[in-house]
Amino acid sequence: MAKIKSLDELKKLREKLQNKVELREKGENVDDLVQIKIAMATCGIAAGAKDTMDAFIGKLNEKNIKNAVITQTGCMGYCHSEPTVEITLPGKEAVVFGNVDADKTEEIIEKYIKNGELVDGIIPVGYTTIEEEK
Amino acid sequence: MANYKMHVLICGGTGCLSSGSKAIADNIKSLLKENNMENDVQVLMTGCFGFCEKGPIVKILPDNTFYTEVKPGDAKLIVEEHLIKGRKVDSLLYKDPMTKKHISDSKHMDFYKKQMRIALRNCGFIDPDKIEEYIAREGYQALGKVLSEMTPKDVIAEMKESGLRGRGGGGFPTGLKWEFASKYNIGEQKYVVCNADEGDPGAFMDRSILEGDPHSVIEAMSICGYSIGATKGLVYIRAEYPLAIERLQNAISSAREMGLLGKDIMGSGFDFDIELKYGAGAFVCGEETALIHSMEGERGEPTTKPPFPAESGYWGKTTNVNNVETFANIPVIINKGANWFNKIGTEKSKGTKVFALAGKINNVGLIEVPMGTTLREVIFDIGGGIKNGKKFKSAQTGGPSGGCLTEKDLDVPIDFDNLVAAGSMMGSGGMIVMDEDDCMVSIAKFYLDFTVDESCGKCTPCRVGTKRLYEMLDKITKGQGTMDDLKKLKMLSGVIKDTALCGLGQTAPNPVLSTLDNFWDEYVAHVVDKRCPAGQCTALLQYVIDPGKCIGCTACARVCPVGAISGKVKTAHVIDQEKCIKCGACYDACKFGAIEKK
Repeated sequence: MAKIKSLDELKKLREKLQNKVELREKGENVDDLVQIKIAMATCGIAAGAKDTMDAFIGKLNEKNIKNAVITQTGCMGYCHSEPTVEITLPGKEAVVFGNVDADKTEEIIEKYIKNGELVDGIIPVGYTTIEEEK
Repeated sequence: MANYKMHVLICGGTGCLSSGSKAIADNIKSLLKENNMENDVQVLMTGCFGFCEKGPIVKILPDNTFYTEVKPGDAKLIVEEHLIKGRKVDSLLYKDPMTKKHISDSKHMDFYKKQMRIALRNCGFIDPDKIEEYIAREGYQALGKVLSEMTPKDVIAEMKESGLRGRGGGGFPTGLKWEFASKYNIGEQKYVVCNADEGDPGAFMDRSILEGDPHSVIEAMSICGYSIGATKGLVYIRAEYPLAIERLQNAISSAREMGLLGKDIMGSGFDFDIELKYGAGAFVCGEETALIHSMEGERGEPTTKPPFPAESGYWGKTTNVNNVETFANIPVIINKGANWFNKIGTEKSKGTKVFALAGKINNVGLIEVPMGTTLREVIFDIGGGIKNGKKFKSAQTGGPSGGCLTEKDLDVPIDFDNLVAAGSMMGSGGMIVMDEDDCMVSIAKFYLDFTVDESCGKCTPCRVGTKRLYEMLDKITKGQGTMDDLKKLKMLSGVIKDTALCGLGQTAPNPVLSTLDNFWDEYVAHVVDKRCPAGQCTALLQYVIDPGKCIGCTACARVCPVGAISGKVKTAHVIDQEKCIKCGACYDACKFGAIEKK
């Protein structure tokens, strides 16, 4: 990784990274990318988020779904429904699913990721972020 | 694939289910079938919407209509009016309690605006192990801005202007603390310390921030270092937080690789580096002087202040200690400006506060609300109310140093000063919610047990005094207390408060004092009537069989480990109170609710 020598460099890097983060390092067509975020703080892991992540990785491979990227993230705050998974389908608002165990991943992939069909277990988002406050 | 045009989301959380949301779903489904619409409209049970007070909730997508207090009988209206004719059902819409207007869209409801994420802005959004994701979300911009456009004095002025107060519990103004540290200069080396020793029972916000957004703390520590003239940062973190440690280490090394930590940061000539110091997880080590001693390899014992760490801190050098959540706010304040920040919150407490909601509440989790939000909003709107439809009894804030808030405090706007006035304190933000089944004497005993274990033992009032408090509470829960004990409890608490060496000892009697104040009747019931109103104190309980309900199935007699239950098959049984050890096995075994706890 190259060192950042000035604020300008940092700003340029940020602009570049902003796109890259959206691409989630796949470098593919962002319009066609499914983003899967799994909350992996202690609460999530204790509730089985690692199994959920393994199940997603395994099943996406099995089903030959190439346009999905999985990332881990911190606690979303819904400790009451861990493991929680946020899925953003191309061009749609993100949806958070609660209590996603390995079995539930099958249903989510088959119905939501493949067909955009909602399934039981959605958690409504209950907060504003600082971006929205601008 | 069914190509649904509309989705009906029905809350399947505990609260709404118990008020009939399953029946609503069934009714809507069968009405859809009657109208041949089952392939056009999808009906889903969801997780809790959090707004249990107005449940059951039905939300309709894509037009984002939010119906509250829906009854199974309303299914007809929803299907015929909304789903078929596309007209919103006014009578089911949420009515704003202030303006009395109907609000159809959840995005415009106060409830969903009540949470605001500043310290938690990246938690759950970014991958904490990838510095690129942090940079993409304005990460290290604040540090860059500070290094290239601001003098250390400017930074401190901005912090003072923002009104940020320490989130570790004390609520000391952060800008003022930085100013002290910038003025003192004992020896050549100054230190910035991040206090990540989170020891309050029920608190997990610092851990979650470090696990979810470690870079924000690193960036803020560097900004602090620049403003007070320190080049070294230390994170004091308890070893029980292995995942937080791992993510923090990873974040530090990637920041170093990119030249955002280390020598000559972003070509500004400013050097700053961070290392971790591990604590063994002692409650007292969250107190800054004890924390510093622990970092030096001494026992984690506090010393009197002054001297403050700014005058004589780590190895006697000028040191500034801030808590994780305090740091997490700082990059945002620099990026968006003090004026943006100080518009949020109350007059004397600016910004937001993260709470770890735990206990008998539906939505256990991590929330962040603007200062000034009321306890009622936190517990009933965001927290989704009390589990299993029980009655709210008390909320314990501030950990062992705090107190119990009760029903009368529900509408107090939460900020540093109001909580103290209500007999509790902010503390680090743990909030444990209790329902009618919790015995307040036992709760006080629980906290004292914790303090006894965690007292460092340096001063007598805390070492011996808290032990005596615990013993008296124990006596009371066993039905051996006297009114004299209650008097002694109060007096001893006062003495400990006045004479203990550090903040932890001085606040240790708070759970006792606040429960004595708010739940005096409950103490008296234990002492005089030898009765525990909440039915928690085992020694005071009696298990009795109601002969009217008992059908003589013998299930209870079979599970009783001491053979205290007798009776013939198909006739009512009796419990021999002399033999009964109050284990509760019979209570769990009885399928007819014939056994009562008294």
